[in-house]
Amino acid sequence: MDHALDTTMILNGAPVSRRIPARQHLIDFLRDEMGLTGSHLGCEHGVCGTCTVRVDGQIVRGCLTLAVQANGKRVDTIEGMSDSGELAVLQQAFHARNALQCGFCTPGMLMAAQDLIGQKRKLSREEIRAHLSGNYCRCTGYQSIVDAIEEVLQTDVPHGQG
Amino acid sequence: MGKAELPLHAPGTKTGRGYIGQSTPRANAKRLLQGRGTFVDDLRLPRIAHAVFFRSPHAHARIGKLDFSTALKAPGVIGVFDGHAVAEYCKPWVGVLGHLKGIKSPPQHAVAIGRACWQGEAVAAVVAETRAQAEDAADLIEAEWHELPVVTDMQAALEGKVVIHPELGDNICFQRQFVTEGFDEAFANADVVVEETYDFGRHTGVCTEGRAILADYNAAEHTLTVHHATQAPHMMQDIFSRHLDIPESNVRVICRDIGGSFGIKVHVYPDEMATAALSVMLRRPVKFVADRLESFLTDIHAREHRVTVRLACTRDGDIIAFDLDDLTAIGPYSVYPRTSGIEGNQVVNLTGGPYRHKQYRANMRAVFTNKNVTCQYRAVGHPIAVALTEGVVDIAARKLGMDPAEFRRRNLIADDAYPYTFPSGIKFEKLSHHQCLDKLLALMDYERLRAEQAALREKGIHRGLGLAAMIEVTNPSPAFYGVGGARISAQDGATLRLDPAGMVNVLCSVTEQGQGTEGIFAQIAASVVGVSVERVRVTTGDTGVTPYGGGTWASRGAGTGGEAVLQAGKILRSNILDVAAAMLNEDKAKLDIVNNEVVDKLTGAAKATLAEIGRVAYFRPDTLPMRFQSELTVTRHYTPREYGFTFTNGIQASWVEVDVETGFVKLLKHWCVEDCGTIINPMLVDEQIRGGVVQGIGAALFEECLYGEDGQLQNGNLADYLVPMAGEMPDIVVGHVETPTLGSELGAKGAGEAGTAGASGAVMNAINDALAPLGAQVTAMPFTPQRILEALGKA
Ligand code: FES
Ligand code: FES
Repeated sequence: MDHALDTTMILNGAPVSRRIPARQHLIDFLRDEMGLTGSHLGCEHGVCGTCTVRVDGQIVRGCLTLAVQANGKRVDTIEGMSDSGELAVLQQAFHARNALQCGFCTPGMLMAAQDLIGQKRKLSREEIRAHLSGNYCRCTGYQSIVDAIEEVLQTDVPHGQG
Repeated sequence: MGKAELPLHAPGTKTGRGYIGQSTPRANAKRLLQGRGTFVDDLRLPRIAHAVFFRSPHAHARIGKLDFSTALKAPGVIGVFDGHAVAEYCKPWVGVLGHLKGIKSPPQHAVAIGRACWQGEAVAAVVAETRAQAEDAADLIEAEWHELPVVTDMQAALEGKVVIHPELGDNICFQRQFVTEGFDEAFANADVVVEETYDFGRHTGVCTEGRAILADYNAAEHTLTVHHATQAPHMMQDIFSRHLDIPESNVRVICRDIGGSFGIKVHVYPDEMATAALSVMLRRPVKFVADRLESFLTDIHAREHRVTVRLACTRDGDIIAFDLDDLTAIGPYSVYPRTSGIEGNQVVNLTGGPYRHKQYRANMRAVFTNKNVTCQYRAVGHPIAVALTEGVVDIAARKLGMDPAEFRRRNLIADDAYPYTFPSGIKFEKLSHHQCLDKLLALMDYERLRAEQAALREKGIHRGLGLAAMIEVTNPSPAFYGVGGARISAQDGATLRLDPAGMVNVLCSVTEQGQGTEGIFAQIAASVVGVSVERVRVTTGDTGVTPYGGGTWASRGAGTGGEAVLQAGKILRSNILDVAAAMLNEDKAKLDIVNNEVVDKLTGAAKATLAEIGRVAYFRPDTLPMRFQSELTVTRHYTPREYGFTFTNGIQASWVEVDVETGFVKLLKHWCVEDCGTIINPMLVDEQIRGGVVQGIGAALFEECLYGEDGQLQNGNLADYLVPMAGEMPDIVVGHVETPTLGSELGAKGAGEAGTAGASGAVMNAINDALAPLGAQVTAMPFTPQRILEALGKA
């Protein structure tokens, strides 16, 4: 039960070393130990996507990933990706179209959206919708989110380092 | 636009309405986009403790011995408490209201004492240093249960062989009967009578953020500060005060960011009351956040109804009467303080709402069952009233061989018939059904879709088009709750202050859960005072800071809070001009405020910036005339009173394709035209409508809290309870008609619930339109593939 492991990760660009209980989920580590409360907990069973963060460039469910699994990996959260400017274009498009209401799903939604933008492909609305199908939003009805992503995909600007 | 007097030109805008009518993005969205919002669970306080609840695994059982001995020894545990221990700090409540005649419900405790009445009811609380420790300890509680007979079926509840609360005599919480004079003759003389029975599945709000509370009792001051995900902070302040016995002014309720509410977060929840009591008991901050599984078991559910509706009309197609029989199950308690009688009551009020018949009969019963409680969820009663009305209207049209759009045009209340009193007694100030219908049909290109439908039918593709006209309750007056004895304010207030640097600070009692209320208040304040919208800061959701008011529910934020902001803004502008006139030694009537500056009204010449006015008023009043006192903080209130509610109206359409082999429904497109009076921010209104429509679609196609006969919730998790996801949702086209209410200068009516009110009915009618040529129809929501195949005789 009390088993803990020394863990080192590059969190939002800076190295972090902690002794982490083996049973602790990545999302709880980020929120409770590191104070990175921008990633949320909407279901704790892998369905809603509000806990989405990026590990070594791949988006993962923070509630299904153990913190110790991030050992030796690069972890990026909404806070770091906002500060680096990586999400700026998407954030601007979301803001302009009101692609968020309560904002609880938004950090996870932006993670999923940025993942798509990083793929630099031309996509139909159906494909955008399909890509977002692991992210639950109760407020918006999704259309404005699809609009915002579509707009960013159509404007040919560099989208950060992906 | 109403009659509001606005500055000559608001900055950055070309119309005389300032920012009113502009799609200005909300300032408060920026922090949320960077993950820098503050939801309750994000807060950290010294000595914080975490509460977790041990809940009944049975739907109905006597609680025998509760053994906490092992749990108490678990690491990090601060205490474990049963219902008696919590009751010493928190008085029970009874969810009844005086104006719902005969409504009854037993006292309810924060933590159950002696008996659990639904699966998930809290029977003990564990407090520990971390949530994980509290959860581990809760698993170590040993409870002895004596199971009692369970009532889950509404009809059985009504028959009452088993009475859940024997002291109440029967299982009927509330009933209402209603009949107009001449009803029987109308039915006797009707050429055509159609009848159908509809079932509505129980579903729930599924806010992305679970219910959350962090109560912080300060024993030295006997004060309680509650960080709470609630829509109604002043209502909760009153309730914490009365039930925990702390003076009202010693209770402060603060709402920072809230992850969706939709009516779910406007009720009193036992586990939240217990958390506040635990904070008092333990003299330290205690937090409780409902996890997803608890949310399904304990967030209010809604809409479990079985309704038979009859419609009488002439052979020419004039509707003459509606007859409603509604049975609804509300769980074991009527929810406090709004009661669980309102939803059924609304179904009675609103059935047949858009039409001009004169005769109406209604019979509604709300019964107790051993399932989770039900109460007001977005659009309260409307989705049921709209779906059953519009369903039977389509059946009548089909029987008469009339086009459903034409049949509606013939029967909708005429746009010049207002003010109008509807047979159920509700009053309409001014609605625009015909304008909305015309606009909808044009927007969707109705004729073309009908042609397309016919052509595809030849190829074996089954598409359907469904319409649903609706009315919606908004801007409630004190007639909604206050007259029934509930300490719930229908009034709201706003304080506007010009700060020394020339910025406008707004405090309003209406709260924000993502709708954009703070954004529209900034737009109104900027427009009325004459500043640019970036120079307005809005604060809501803090009983220690804002004026007193009702908060956010029943689509009242824009219409009620917005009017308070407007009225305060008018006075603030006048007071600023008083300072300017005194400072400049000029005639006030010749001055105006435009673009953050006092200007000459005629020439537009700049006279002084607002920062200059602020500097003089606050720091150099010695330079102003001796008897002059500036008043740059203004508070005004507003209560809608002329009408019980400011009704809005609209109509929706759904275009679907039904796969008759699999029973799957593909949503192709959805339209909504509605009339919320003055539109303050078109983008935000459209987004309210879209989000609402999708919740209505969820009810129509996916969402249902499925209970077994034993009262066990069978799909209480996000994997088994289906919610609408991006992939299945259609694009939604929104159009508007603007009929401002004359009850306020702003003229705004509510827009928050229209989408949900009409969407499920429109989808139902679309599916049935697709199925009709096959001789099939569905009447039980949600319309799962299974149910559609059953209707087609294929399952
Ligand atoms: S919290 Fe991880 S998917 Fe919902
Ligand atoms: S904006 Fe509220 S859940 Fe998506």
